Amino acid sequence: MVKKLFSLIILALLVIMLLPLMTDFAPFAELSRVAEKYVQKGPAEVGGQNLVTSVIVTYRGLDTLGEIAVLFIATAGIGFLLGKSSGKHKRSEASQLVNTGTAFLLPIILLFGVFIFLHGHLTPGGGFQGGVVIASGILLFVLANADSQISSNLLHWIEDLSGAFYVIIGLLGLILAGGFLDNSILPLGQFGKLISAGAIPLIYTLIGLKVGAELVGILNNMQRSQ
Amino acid sequence: MTNIFIGVLGVIMIAAALIAIYQKSLLSAIVAAGVISLLASIIYILLAAPDVAMTEAAIGSGLTTIVFLYALNKIRKIKADK
Repeated sequence: MVKKLFSLIILALLVIMLLPLMTDFAPFAELSRVAEKYVQKGPAEVGGQNLVTSVIVTYRGLDTLGEIAVLFIATAGIGFLLGKSSGKHKRSEASQLVNTGTAFLLPIILLFGVFIFLHGHLTPGGGFQGGVVIASGILLFVLANADSQISSNLLHWIEDLSGAFYVIIGLLGLILAGGFLDNSILPLGQFGKLISAGAIPLIYTLIGLKVGAELVGILNNMQRSQ
Repeated sequence: MTNIFIGVLGVIMIAAALIAIYQKSLLSAIVAAGVISLLASIIYILLAAPDVAMTEAAIGSGLTTIVFLYALNKIRKIKADK
């Protein structure tokens, strides 16, 4: 009884706290100072058509590197906790529906993932989203082909190399251009073209590969520990 | 119009959240939790945040659901072994 009353009180407090956010909300009339600088100078300095994704890997590139590191630590933790496979595992065959669907959908899903991270500077999305889409495609493949084993060595190599190259590109920015992860180490190119915006497509490709490999690694670990 | 649609989606999300908590079958609870993320991603699109919507749809309703299903499967096997 007391417990219920207590949770009701906490709920009421939450409502009192959060309700003003909804009732008093008014759209911002003007941008904050940092955002205004990004909007005004971004297209010329960074050269990406999609300002949001461009800001994420250039001005806020260090944050993105940190996020990738967090994901890496999470993957390593899951691998450590789940440990080695028990060795024997029998898996039932996938149904024909899954098999046929996978054969039809897998190339499209992989292509879509690659499209998302290659067009990171042009359209919504970027490396993280592309990597997740690729991981979900590979998950579908694993579901359909129960016996298949994804080489964890290959995954580790993809992950390590793309992570290392990401940092190397950042350091190159420090040497050749204005600062860590500055994208103007490569020519900015023509605005809105696929190969433009300096190093952004390169960075997003590396992020896509790294995130994809990490997430497939998580799923691989979970599947093996079954 | 958009506000009404977002409101309807919000109500369905709350219903799905309640299902996820009170449903006895864990499988249905996992699916209900995935539905919440899927509806949230629709709301993000309506609020003009396609980047966040893509992440939410792929991670929240895709990968998280799968990871939960693997975990559920493992728990069932451990119970069956005992």
